[in-house]
Amino acid sequence: MDIKYIIGRALLYFCMFIVLAAIFAPLAWLVISSISPRAELLSVPPHWWPENATLQNYVDVIAPQEGTSRAARDFRFALGNSVVVAGSVTVISLVVGTLAAYAYARLEFPFRRSGLIAYMGLRMLPAISVALPLYVILRDNRLLNTRMGLILVYLSFVLPFVIYVMTNFFHTIPPELEAAARVDGCTRISALWRVILPIARPGLVATGVFAFLLAWDEFFFALLYTSTPAAKTVPVAIAEFTGRHAIDFSAQATGGVLAAIPPVVLALIFQRYIVRGLAAGSVKG
Amino acid sequence: MDKAGRLTASPWQRKLRRMFDFEMNQTSLALALIIPSLVLTLGLVLWPIVSTLIMSFHNINLARPERQEFIGLANYINHLSDNFFWETIGRTAYFTFVSVGAEVVLGIAIALLLNQQLRGWRFLRLSIIIPWAVPTIVSAAIWRWIYNADYGALNGLLYQFGLIDNYIPWLADPQRAMNMVIIADVWHSTPFVVLIVSAAMASLPVELYDAAAIDGANAWQRFVRITIPLLRPAIMVVLVIRTVEAFRVFDIIYTITRGGPVNGTMVISYLTYEETFRYLKLGSGAALSFIVSAFILVLALIYIRILYTEDVA
Repeated sequence: MDIKYIIGRALLYFCMFIVLAAIFAPLAWLVISSISPRAELLSVPPHWWPENATLQNYVDVIAPQEGTSRAARDFRFALGNSVVVAGSVTVISLVVGTLAAYAYARLEFPFRRSGLIAYMGLRMLPAISVALPLYVILRDNRLLNTRMGLILVYLSFVLPFVIYVMTNFFHTIPPELEAAARVDGCTRISALWRVILPIARPGLVATGVFAFLLAWDEFFFALLYTSTPAAKTVPVAIAEFTGRHAIDFSAQATGGVLAAIPPVVLALIFQRYIVRGLAAGSVKG
Repeated sequence: MDKAGRLTASPWQRKLRRMFDFEMNQTSLALALIIPSLVLTLGLVLWPIVSTLIMSFHNINLARPERQEFIGLANYINHLSDNFFWETIGRTAYFTFVSVGAEVVLGIAIALLLNQQLRGWRFLRLSIIIPWAVPTIVSAAIWRWIYNADYGALNGLLYQFGLIDNYIPWLADPQRAMNMVIIADVWHSTPFVVLIVSAAMASLPVELYDAAAIDGANAWQRFVRITIPLLRPAIMVVLVIRTVEAFRVFDIIYTITRGGPVNGTMVISYLTYEETFRYLKLGSGAALSFIVSAFILVLALIYIRILYTEDVA
């Protein structure tokens, strides 16, 4: 074994160590901050591991007492709102989007191509250029500060995404499969249901996870359209921790950990689907 | 139904039946399938866009609601002839090019590292997805706390290693604040590049590398002559998506610096947000939002053009 090879390997392992450290150090600091008492967090130099580690912040969020701060008390509701909103958006956009994607991928009809291009274009539109009229629409329909309002608004950007990605997925399925089913007497709809959808399952899972992550992550619309515990989502609640009390980071860190768990767990479970989904969904020229 | 049934049906019924005979009529099936999504997108996107466009030609200021008049392109001309607007575009471009550039270079490097299949590479592949999955707001909050001038981990770490003598207010200097925000963005978004590039890398033909190695190409030559050209479509896609996202960055700026200090991190989306929702100059804000869209569209078109000429070649 020559020395050049050994040095090369050592360097590669060193790089790997650096990357792993860069990934985990900020996350570890988030978790450590969330279990540190406030006083220790403000020590100089920092206590890298708290002397009196405590789960009090988590208790405050999950089972608030009288002395608990307002932001911590509201956080439970924010979690519930985020789950309901992101979950509904995922289900609705998958059902509605998959049907439309099938049409775009398999059927001939006027304006098919321009429709698809329009959906691609919609992904590039900055949220701010629809923010104000949407505010007016929501207000006029009494949907401000409601989960329903947020669900509708989120569909406006999740749906084009689902349609675009699922259309690409359907293109990867050979049409002969469907043709065979139709020769055997299936209607188009039952061929879609019995043949195409089962094959497209990896795509559906990946797209569903993406849709959930998109909705869970959204901040701008939620910031503008929700201000009470009735509909406020997790990102807004976390941003609020930084409001007046600039240094209540232990509470914010707790919120951050709780907010990160669902998407991170989903991403880890469906890692393969996500990687394949990214490959098929966006890299398809 | 039998023939007799059809004959007795009125022409109108027959027409209706033909319309809903999805086997025969692709257009009506397609229509039935796309209508729900069409209604949602038209109502929630197209109408608001048109309405914003109309607003952008008016002088609407909620602070003075009694005066609303059609002023043509004045809002646009005001912005385009304003120095501060161009400085903001400059800052946005700086943020976009530096962060996307760093993300693409780092992302390719990490994908190559994964491709070496060192011991533990599966763990790295699994870990790399985490920063991407962490909500943007959470990652921004983490970095804001790390950068904290008085109690932040960055100062604590550098101080304990003796690299600095005094705590540094990382976010107090305009230019430095911008760079710190870029670091936070790179942490959050590089994994996306890694995921796409390494997926593309997995499908590269091994034989080409063997052949090149036999012909005496060294590792660097193989990387430049084989890997990069074959990865080009994937890299282009990443560039388009990341550039568009970075140019309209908002969440991270809102959480870490709110455009400050002294407008050092004032990017175009944040400026539009302030104009519209803080100063309530709706017409002016609407015009800004269209200028942002126009910039993004131009960027996207340039990329798509490059991508297309590639396909032809």
